[in-house]
Amino acid sequence: MTTQFLNIKKLNKSTRYNIVTVGSILIAYAICMYMINAGNMSNLLQNLLVAMCYYGIMAVSLNLTVGILGQLSLGHAGFMCIGAFTGAFFSKIMINTMDNVIIRFTLAILIGAAMAGLFGVIIGIVVLRLRGDYLAIVTLAFGEIIKNVLNVLYIGYDSRGIHFSMKDTASLNLEEGGMVIVKGAQGISGTPRNATFTIGVALLIITYLIIVNLVNSRSGRAIMAIRDNHIAAESVGIDITKYKILAFSISAALAGVAGVLYSHNIATVQSTKFGYNTSILILVFVVLGGMGNLRGSMIAAILLTVLPEYLRFMRDYRMLIYAIVLIVMMIFNWAPIFINWRKNHSLKDAFNNILKKIVKAKKEA
Amino acid sequence: MEMLSVKNIGISFGGLHAVDSFSITINKGELYGLIGPNGAGKTTVFNLLTGVYKPDIGQIFLDGENITGRSTIEINKAGIARTFQNIRLFKNMSVLDNVKCGLHNDYKYSSFSGIFRLPSYFKTEKIMNERAYEILEVFGLEKEAKILSSNLPYGKQRKLEIARALATNPKLLLLDEPAAGMNPSETEELMDTISLVRKQYDVTILLIEHDMKLVSGICEKIFVLNFGIELANGLPQDVLNDPEVIKAYLGE
Repeated sequence: MTTQFLNIKKLNKSTRYNIVTVGSILIAYAICMYMINAGNMSNLLQNLLVAMCYYGIMAVSLNLTVGILGQLSLGHAGFMCIGAFTGAFFSKIMINTMDNVIIRFTLAILIGAAMAGLFGVIIGIVVLRLRGDYLAIVTLAFGEIIKNVLNVLYIGYDSRGIHFSMKDTASLNLEEGGMVIVKGAQGISGTPRNATFTIGVALLIITYLIIVNLVNSRSGRAIMAIRDNHIAAESVGIDITKYKILAFSISAALAGVAGVLYSHNIATVQSTKFGYNTSILILVFVVLGGMGNLRGSMIAAILLTVLPEYLRFMRDYRMLIYAIVLIVMMIFNWAPIFINWRKNHSLKDAFNNILKKIVKAKKEA
Repeated sequence: MEMLSVKNIGISFGGLHAVDSFSITINKGELYGLIGPNGAGKTTVFNLLTGVYKPDIGQIFLDGENITGRSTIEINKAGIARTFQNIRLFKNMSVLDNVKCGLHNDYKYSSFSGIFRLPSYFKTEKIMNERAYEILEVFGLEKEAKILSSNLPYGKQRKLEIARALATNPKLLLLDEPAAGMNPSETEELMDTISLVRKQYDVTILLIEHDMKLVSGICEKIFVLNFGIELANGLPQDVLNDPEVIKAYLGE
């Protein structure tokens, strides 16, 4: 026990931080699984488990753009939308040809991420010349464009291949036996519901590790250097455009992963679900959790996903109360008194104290 | 041997000739001082040399290579590094990471190996850490390596900025008022550091400074700029006793 304890101390700080974060996620996961199996978890909460995961992924990935790159993006839901539609489209086409669910879903995730990442690069090249408020407005516009284009998009599939239309189902000119997959405002329905809580947690951990490893690498330093002082970053030879687009597209690709998870969790995907309301909601997670604080983003995402569902009994006053709770949290979360309180009552200290007691008890014995 | 050769560069902002036909030749290993009253165009010269502004006319050669009109990043890769008059550190990053940003282009591995922690990540990071600590030791900052750069005292922030610039392995180092805001003993220490840097890194230095004690103490040659044009250029004792220079600084 003593040696293990010392080894934890020896590890470098960021590694220790990651072990604690991933460990906490796994413990939370284990508790949830135990509660489900024991039948102690309400249906309401069970239905929210996957949502917590994809909102967690969204929050962590947006934190890369907002907290670590330092650029305000208000169109993050747009990339989720692309991921959701691409993933669902792939799964619908392949549902009869690929029987292995694991391979199909993995491919759907990768393709959804790749497509969202590709759009991240394209949009990033255009918008990242701007800064601050201007960038926020343009990303907001792109998010809405993606949503509205997908809202009128019809895609069908038959033996001759894939057909696109922006008008209606009839103009797809499908052969007999062809299948309409994306039905405009009705979106995609009947996607196989492959997303499980386990997969969601795995993806959340992978997302977290990808971002945290990126941040603690050469590219991550370049990205943070741009955030802290772009003139100085240029003066030491850091390619600003390259690293801005890199961070933006990785963030977009991970939002795509969250989208795939989303579309495989519910029966119907509609593009209207990915409006700027969703983008702002995710930004709220990031701001509340703390800019650049990945662990905080996850906690905020989980709390704020659960909260409105538990406020349902308030009916019409639900969003009002939600807003008040949000304001109160914003005010008190970073208040010095609360920061000190958290420091004095941290889990880390409690854990260390327990370890110390065990060591002491062993010595005495 | 010529390290930097600037031929008649000039730039105007609207009707203002901020810098007009500025020419200077700096030999390898020299320590040149650039002085002048406020608004003389000293920082503009630095911005022209580092590509922040593109000169309207004239040419800049570094070690025989024409670098006129190149971007800041390319000029840094060619071998010019600088510090800033108002300190521009990466405030939310550690002292060590600030220096490692300076090593960005000399020690490379892909983002992919960074994210997935491939062997090249560990190998390169280890070398980068060693190299960064070496540089920090020259400046006596190795004990502060892990703290946030914004938490350093002012004098050390100035030093860290020089350390970061040196990490890019430059041929020519431009220091914009390195002693600004320092007390006499800090300035003294800075002079020692600059001498040490010259010995250890074989670097040519051009510095802007108002502190005459520092300028006359360490500079081998001095260039005086006034209203964007050359007023005097040569050895310190000649330049500082030049009646024109005294007139520009003190008035008639």
